[in-house]
Amino acid sequence: MGTTFGLGELGFLIQGLKWTVLLAAIAFVGGGIGGLGVALARVSTSKCLRRITGGYIALFQGTPLLMQLFVIYYGLGLLGLMLPAWVAVAIAFTLHASAFLGEIWRGAIEALPKGQFEAARALGLHYLPRMRDVILPQALRIALPATIGFLVQLIKGTSLAAIVGFIELARAGQIVSNQTYAPLLVFTVVGALYFALCWPLSLYGSRIEGRIARATAR
Amino acid sequence: MGYTLDFSVVIDALPSLLWGCLATIGLALSGMSLALVIGVAGVVARGSNQRWLRGLVIGFVELIRNTPFLVQIFFLFFALPHIGLTLNPTVTAILALGLNGGAYAIEIIRGGVQSIDKGQIEAGLALGLHKGQVFRMIVLKPALRAIYPSLTGQFIMLTLTSSICSAIAAYELTSVAQRIESDTFRSFEVYFTITGLYLAISWLMMTGFSVFSRRYFNYPTR
Repeated sequence: MGTTFGLGELGFLIQGLKWTVLLAAIAFVGGGIGGLGVALARVSTSKCLRRITGGYIALFQGTPLLMQLFVIYYGLGLLGLMLPAWVAVAIAFTLHASAFLGEIWRGAIEALPKGQFEAARALGLHYLPRMRDVILPQALRIALPATIGFLVQLIKGTSLAAIVGFIELARAGQIVSNQTYAPLLVFTVVGALYFALCWPLSLYGSRIEGRIARATAR
Repeated sequence: MGYTLDFSVVIDALPSLLWGCLATIGLALSGMSLALVIGVAGVVARGSNQRWLRGLVIGFVELIRNTPFLVQIFFLFFALPHIGLTLNPTVTAILALGLNGGAYAIEIIRGGVQSIDKGQIEAGLALGLHKGQVFRMIVLKPALRAIYPSLTGQFIMLTLTSSICSAIAAYELTSVAQRIESDTFRSFEVYFTITGLYLAISWLMMTGFSVFSRRYFNYPTR
């Protein structure tokens, strides 16, 4: 069949890129909500909650993302849930992101000076306003560079959905490469597309990091 | 629903899974060694006064850190033969892991080297050590100690990343599991078990790293 790499093939890759962005966005938003819960549970007063979420984080940080995808993908099937592949994959990435973002944000919350917690309590703020108005805004600002760093990891991680057959950018690249017999060109373009997506984020992340470092050095 | 879990196929395959574990550890350690070499060489090159060399290192680091490992290994495995460089899957896997880990190692080691007080280097030179000795004993070793936690954390990530090498059929734990899965169709049982094995491998490595650090970095700082 050997076609050459033309506009049609490039269009197919762009379609794949759209799925990559969508998958990363769903996982980041879902993981943001889940991660917030995990982070709050990690710093809560309940020992039981801390243990469970600690185990959850250790599990997701100690196993390959690829295995998490496989186990959740096939596991959901075993539970009798007939989900479309992309939903199963999105659930897997969301659970993955929840663990990592939870750990990043836990670190940021614990990095805040104790006085912030005590002052908020002394002002009579209850748990919800204390967290929402005092602790989290400060913690999330400290955690911004690491959060952006993880977002880049997540975007790159979505390429693994290719292995379970989901057609995103990396899988689209594989397909086009097999059709055109031009892997050098195709994977260069695929790499360039990922780079174009991730590099601005990385630059933005390190710029904020520098700004925070200068602000704390002063 | 008629599905019952059946781990007997996994238990039957245990010997080949354990070989797969060893292969994964071997692959990871080779990748780490290469990454460490690339990391140190990259830091030296990054500090050179040749502009093109510095630019090359920065470009390499940014390129690797902003593209997925899967695409990197596909590029090495499928694209390089087209320019006349054919490598077997395992060599490709080690090369890919080394390059990927190396890019992260350059950034981590550079951070450690920058944390060394300039006065230490000047003191070393004043004591008559030559440049190589100063780098090895005064810059590298304390810097390694400072960055040891983040470097080993990165190496454990690299070990977990090595599962992706199954995509080019390199011999390691995930590809062993995929073969068992395609023979038995017990996908969940197989992947559930090797997830546990990966967890054991990463714990083993963490323990190993901390034992090593207690021995090698066991000297007073002040």
